[in-house]
Amino acid sequence: MSDTEKRTALVYAECAEGALRRVALEALGAARRLAGDGGSVHAVVVGGGASAAALGTAAAELAARGAEVVHVVDDPALAGFAPEAYAAAIGAAIAAVQPSIIVLGHTAAGRELAPRVAAAVNGGHIADVTAVDVDDDGGAAAIFTRPLYAGKAFEQRRFLPGAPQVITVRPNNLPVAEPVAPGSEGTIAALAYSAPPLWTIVRDVVRKASGRIDLAEADIIVSGGRGVRSAEGFAPLEELAAVVGGAVGASRGACDAGYCDYSLQIGQTGKTVTPKLYIACGISGAIQHLAGMSQSRVIVAINKDPDAPIFGVADYGIVGDLFDVVPLLTEQFRAILQKPGP
Amino acid sequence: MQLVVLMKQTFDTEEKIEIVNGTADEQNVKFIINPYDEYALEEALRLREAHGGTVTVVSCGSDRAIEALRTALAMGADEAVLLSAESLQGDDGFAVASALAKVVEQLKPDLLLAGLFAVDRGAGSVALQIAERLGLPQAAAALKVEVKDADGGNANAAGNSLSPSGASWSGGGVKQVAVVERDTEWGVETVEVPLPALITAQQGLNEPRYPSLPGIMKAKKKPLKQISASELGLAADDLAPRTKRVALLAPPVRAAGRKLGGTPQEQAAQLADLLQREAKLF
Ligand SMILES: Cc1cc2nc3c(=O)[nH]c(=O)nc-3n(C[C@H](O)[C@H](O)[C@H](O)COP(=O)(O)OP(=O)(O)OC[C@H]3O[C@@H](n4cnc5c(N)ncnc54)[C@H](O)[C@@H]3O)c2cc1C
Repeated sequence: MSDTEKRTALVYAECAEGALRRVALEALGAARRLAGDGGSVHAVVVGGGASAAALGTAAAELAARGAEVVHVVDDPALAGFAPEAYAAAIGAAIAAVQPSIIVLGHTAAGRELAPRVAAAVNGGHIADVTAVDVDDDGGAAAIFTRPLYAGKAFEQRRFLPGAPQVITVRPNNLPVAEPVAPGSEGTIAALAYSAPPLWTIVRDVVRKASGRIDLAEADIIVSGGRGVRSAEGFAPLEELAAVVGGAVGASRGACDAGYCDYSLQIGQTGKTVTPKLYIACGISGAIQHLAGMSQSRVIVAINKDPDAPIFGVADYGIVGDLFDVVPLLTEQFRAILQKPGP
Repeated sequence: MQLVVLMKQTFDTEEKIEIVNGTADEQNVKFIINPYDEYALEEALRLREAHGGTVTVVSCGSDRAIEALRTALAMGADEAVLLSAESLQGDDGFAVASALAKVVEQLKPDLLLAGLFAVDRGAGSVALQIAERLGLPQAAAALKVEVKDADGGNANAAGNSLSPSGASWSGGGVKQVAVVERDTEWGVETVEVPLPALITAQQGLNEPRYPSLPGIMKAKKKPLKQISASELGLAADDLAPRTKRVALLAPPVRAAGRKLGGTPQEQAAQLADLLQREAKLF
């Protein structure tokens, strides 16, 4: 397709336990900008079984925020995430929409789907996008920023003309799509889907504590390091996180010491996070830890050691014992959040 | 069983990355086997030890990657293939995946293993693109892998029978399956995939071995084949990059902020106030 043609963007709007994830709305926001004023934006939601009822709610939200058509693929075979089946469902939407660009979240599922989708359409894939620059001509010549070398550098990439484009956007970095004017909401349409041969069979899932906020999407993260000294030492951090509606993370030091699960590890070999507020408690600030959190908007460090390297990246530093400071902070935030806004 | 491991030589991202004239300086940097690929290789060696067969490591890169392939051979791989990256735009996943897919197809693996992502570019795209091209099912981010004979019949909990996977060399019928524990956002998921399949390795899968001295000696005599993309019989469009780098930038430097003073009580109150008024967070 030529770059001057009307652009059509397709968003894979990921749901978790039936509910639309915020990254889906961030992907929709990017798609609206990439389609440009004359272009159109479609979305596809995928699910089945128990989650089917919730798909309607998800679709309505997407339609209210600028998706011209929301394609709903509802099939019992899609009840649980299976990459080949989900990629085929997205493929059905691609066949219907013929998009020039496809946008997914750079989540565990999105990371597994996007390369398959890109290969299926013989297209390019720009992964883990943290910023999108669209010029006056619209999205055809858009420039995408993404981290390299565990965040030690950034590259800007663009697509070469001609081939379909696939991007995955890192959660928490791009603005969500705003609601459109009442009356201009999009439509919702069921999309037929025939399940491909069932390849991957899910035997068992040991679920993480449900209701826990996903680290990649959390606005606030309270993280603990070896300084918490024990599994019980995480309790004050959990309380602070609960009061501010945040998630708990950890350094590898804390994971290695067995104070918490590796799924909480943030850093070069753990998760990369970009919350609005990152509170590092008893974390020294090793380079491998910084690789996963130094792009957070505001960083607070609480550490006994005034020379801890974490203070080199912290906007606000408290030299002190986390067991004294964290409960006091919890009290302060509880008081603030109970009062009506400032 | 025929095991193929995709391996990339990468910058050691433990080291400082210097950006010189818009590219990352390669002069003073150490090159290593991508750590996630080391887990994949270790798992392949263990599977060969348990089930017999051969381990072939495949890399795409410059001649410098020979050093990484020799290390893999010294760890115990049987043979190595280097796809020359010269005619490929090495930083675009499309061209690399389409060329590597051809190489893998010729090797007809029962199991294709790769790292979850490469620590340099971090996209995690190439191996999964290859799986799509070859019609292989996938189990990503493996924490544990077990290969067993397919029990035929009604093994499937959902009541579906396993369909043969799509790879053209599998000849229909599933003889073996991999049971994989994999790391996901929603928990640790145990999946079963029919072979041939792709498995990507997550940290925690195993502890990679070091090359032994006898291993290093033996590696010198093991086959290491070099091929170029043009020998693969691909159309020009299959090797044309789809994306292009415009710029490489250093991350914005973060100025150290301020340390607060006073008693813990005063510090907590100050911080809450600053987050509210200065950082406008609440
Ligand atoms: C290949 C590789 C990959 C790695 N990947 C990661 C990664 O992804 N993520 C990661 O985090 N690390 C990673 N590491 C490990 C990293 O190098 C550090 O070892 C680790 O981050 C240290 O964790 P820590 O800060 O919790 O512990 P420490 O370095 O031991 O620091 C503990 C800190 O707590 C402070 N403290 C102690 N008690 C208190 C108290 N009561 N109140 C306040 N402060 C207190 C101390 O002053 C100290 O600064 C990696 C290392 C390697 C080699």
